[in-house]
Amino acid sequence: MSSAHAPKPITKPFFTPGVIVLCLLCLNGLVFATMRFVFGIGSITHLNDLYPWGIWIGIDVAAGVALAAGGFTMAALVYIFHRDEFHCLMRPALLTAMIGYTFVALGVFFDLGRYYFIYHPIYMWNGNSVLFEVGICVMAYISVLYLEFLPIFTERFKGRVNLPGLLKNLKRPLETVISFLDKIMGKVLFLLLILGVVLSCLHQSSIGTLMMIAGDKVHPLWQSPIAPLMYLLSAFAVGFPMVIMESLTASRSFGLKPEAPVLRKLANYVGPMLAIYLAFKLGDMAIRETWVYLTEFNRHSVMWIVETLIGVVIPIRLFFWKKAMRSNKILFIASMCVIVGVFLNRFNNFVIAYHPPYATESYVPSIGEISVTLGFISLEILIYRLLAKIFPVITQPVKKLSAQTRFAKEGVLL
Amino acid sequence: MTTSRRDFLKIMGLAGATGVGTLEVGAASAGQQGPSDHRMGVLVDTTVCIGCRRCEMACKEAHSIDPGPESDYDNRNLFETERRPIPSSLTVVNRYGKEPASHVKMQCMHCDYPACVSACIVGAFSKHENGAVTWDSDKCIGCRYCMIACPFQVPAFEYDKAIHPRITKCDFCIERTATGLKPACVATCPVEALTYGKRIDLARMAQERVESDPDRYSPHIYGLHEVGGTSWMYLASRDLQNLAFPERSDRPAPGASEAVQHGIFKYFIPPLSLYALLGGVMWLGRKESTPGNGGES
Repeated sequence: MSSAHAPKPITKPFFTPGVIVLCLLCLNGLVFATMRFVFGIGSITHLNDLYPWGIWIGIDVAAGVALAAGGFTMAALVYIFHRDEFHCLMRPALLTAMIGYTFVALGVFFDLGRYYFIYHPIYMWNGNSVLFEVGICVMAYISVLYLEFLPIFTERFKGRVNLPGLLKNLKRPLETVISFLDKIMGKVLFLLLILGVVLSCLHQSSIGTLMMIAGDKVHPLWQSPIAPLMYLLSAFAVGFPMVIMESLTASRSFGLKPEAPVLRKLANYVGPMLAIYLAFKLGDMAIRETWVYLTEFNRHSVMWIVETLIGVVIPIRLFFWKKAMRSNKILFIASMCVIVGVFLNRFNNFVIAYHPPYATESYVPSIGEISVTLGFISLEILIYRLLAKIFPVITQPVKKLSAQTRFAKEGVLL
Repeated sequence: MTTSRRDFLKIMGLAGATGVGTLEVGAASAGQQGPSDHRMGVLVDTTVCIGCRRCEMACKEAHSIDPGPESDYDNRNLFETERRPIPSSLTVVNRYGKEPASHVKMQCMHCDYPACVSACIVGAFSKHENGAVTWDSDKCIGCRYCMIACPFQVPAFEYDKAIHPRITKCDFCIERTATGLKPACVATCPVEALTYGKRIDLARMAQERVESDPDRYSPHIYGLHEVGGTSWMYLASRDLQNLAFPERSDRPAPGASEAVQHGIFKYFIPPLSLYALLGGVMWLGRKESTPGNGGES
């Protein structure tokens, strides 16, 4: 804690014009969410018997899980491979993963016809079901993420529990619990960190297996026997770009100097990982001869080319271009390309590529579905901002009046 | 720095290999239990069906759905649009082709290797000894993965119900057949377009009919081999071929996904070895770096 930089809560005010826009998007989503729970899924979505899954699964869940990959890739880099120089990026990545996965679960909750039975997979097992594996892994990983966040929680409140009024009597027991947790976590955290990476590898790949059972209903450009491997490789590839994008966005929004040298170092890993992903993507295409579908002009071929060009080829060029990487703007653009590419890949696989028999028209997401999805994303950003204000997540230069003394005065337990 | 980056990528590759490297290992598991030899089936002769839709009515009566007045079923205008099984009508008859038109009854095919049974997250679907594939309301969480999985797009969902929506599909009249009765649709069919019996016998009967009258029938018996075989099989006229049904391969629908799934979790060896591997890497790295630098708190 003696270093000049340390993670500490953000002091900027919560509300900005951007935050107010996000709040409005949340409210809009809330209106449709209410309708979904009062009148049923059919009332606000374009889902039907032919298209049972829409963007709530394709974007909120499939893309959501992939874009939360920053958590486990950073954990692997920092704790398992001991690249300590990236330690300052660990907490923001963990926070994003924690919030991201919470909203994946929330997305599933909204999409389930019988959301109140969401706990059924815990004791009703079907080992043949890919969805069962994904569900159990995601549940376990969410728990691991919350536990991984616990040290940040205890750091914030250890010796600083300050409760108003009658709750004052709880101060002593709460302090005991917090120091106990702090002690325990210091001992078992490394086990959880490895578990988190293993669970992530399992379900990141299994999400790629999800659509395999749909067989011919999924367009051959995406229906690949090595889809799980490609999902895993793309999750590896998108983890660091997500961390870079978030770090650049956060420092801009919170008025901090970006950690440019560290981010640039992290960016070194992205190019090779994308190249491996591309090699498998093209190799799979060559072996299964799916390139013939690119000679047709339809939404499948266009979307595949967009996904591969913007999401893989262009960022590979940018990440290997040392000169261009010196600019934060190009670093940001390159990272965004990877993010958009992986997002599109999941969206394409689950929504665009899926064409059921007997369909006379394709699925187009409804205003309600889009509103709920946008609401979720807005809420995620708001919660990130809120938690960054409460907990020591973002690394900043330590000022003269130490943050610790200030919190000793103001600290409140939420 | 450079060696560790190579290590890092190597591990990443290994992680992927454990994920998919064992793809073929679990391939046999898809058919492990296999369908029973005594399973029942229905042979639909679409060249006999007259499209009276009395099977739809009998089906509703057998499943406590209000069938409405019988005269409704004489309405031939319904055939203008292709209908699909829905919660209020578990079977539907469609008309295909112009002159002479063929009528095709649609319902769950009751696959020998059902994708819904394999896919269901909570195991709410079961394949019974007699061939029927049924759904258990007490387990279902409404995720609709069965609808994604079904190669014939049969399961329907009650999208308009906010509380306790059901997945609906033909249950092969499992309650009737348990008491020795035929399925309601088969029992009611006035022209005997539907034949209920052991699937093995029906398959032979279907082949005999095709051979005895090659001008009348298409040689392709739909459901005999599609997705590994289905309990319901269809005889079609030559013109009807490929009109009413999606083209499906002979491989069981759950085959590939189950192979990958069981490969990844073979005796939990791949996940555990990945855990051990990562733990080893972590431990080795820890000894090299200066102590007190790695921990979080």
